Amino acid sequence: MNKLDFLNALQDALSGLPQEDINERLMFYSEMIDDRMEEGLSEEEAVAGVGSIDDIVSQTVADVPITKLVKERVKPSRSLRGGEIALLILGFPLWFPLLIAGVAVIFSLVISLYAVLWSLIISLWAVEVSLWACALAGIAVAVMFFIKGNVLPALAMLGIGLFSAGLSILLFFGCVAATKGAAVLTKKIALGIKKMFVRKERTK
Amino acid sequence: MDIQLKRGLLDVCVLAAIRNEDSYGYKIIKDLKPYVELSESTLYTILKRLETAKMLTVRSAEHDGRLRKYYHITAAGVRRIEDFKTEWREVILIYQFVIKEEQHE
Repeated sequence: MNKLDFLNALQDALSGLPQEDINERLMFYSEMIDDRMEEGLSEEEAVAGVGSIDDIVSQTVADVPITKLVKERVKPSRSLRGGEIALLILGFPLWFPLLIAGVAVIFSLVISLYAVLWSLIISLWAVEVSLWACALAGIAVAVMFFIKGNVLPALAMLGIGLFSAGLSILLFFGCVAATKGAAVLTKKIALGIKKMFVRKERTK
Repeated sequence: MDIQLKRGLLDVCVLAAIRNEDSYGYKIIKDLKPYVELSESTLYTILKRLETAKMLTVRSAEHDGRLRKYYHITAAGVRRIEDFKTEWREVILIYQFVIKEEQHE
């Protein structure tokens, strides 16, 4: 790939971003390629040296805040014609509620996805805590039975208490692992949503 | 290595690479190469972050009929390097203690 092809491909890949961000990156990579060629590398080698476009896009998407990406998506890519503006104004009662509804649906989907994920985690921890409570209560009741001289019920309660304690210790590790997993997933979903804003432009 | 730690270390590496004289992107990567492998996209992110944090300033200068960006360290950038040196003296002491205790076993 020569320098021009590379920069064009990069421009396309980044086209969901604000223009100034794209230009700055294009200048940066262009300078990198020039400096490599100045050292005696061929154009192809110099282009290969600066890394793959996919890597650059991933890094860029991670760097740019989501608010900036969304703002750029919503901005129209060309100025509107008079007829279109008239249509927009006349159709306002129609499209505005639709737009609001659409945004609300997407927003609530994302929120509910997070809510479901994290409520699962919270309920896991709730089970963990209640198992602990069971263990403590079982042992306490066992002690009380013991003092009153009811040995068999005391042993039964002690058994239940110890069983709950054992289970809760096991579950504790499960809870920790699940919480970590959910945290990683939350991050991945966020990155995925951000990537949607950049990727869609590429298919145009 | 821990991502947060690595990010901090790379920031200091880039600052150190421009401490003695102003430098440009490709030269920074070449100077760091024997010590740490730095990709172009990572360097871009670091330079941007350091510029936002006012630890370096950027100027464009003509070179061979084209523009090249030169990075200049600020007082805050130098301070960051000095802070790093103080912090890591402590880390090295802890490291030596860990190794020493291991040998005692």
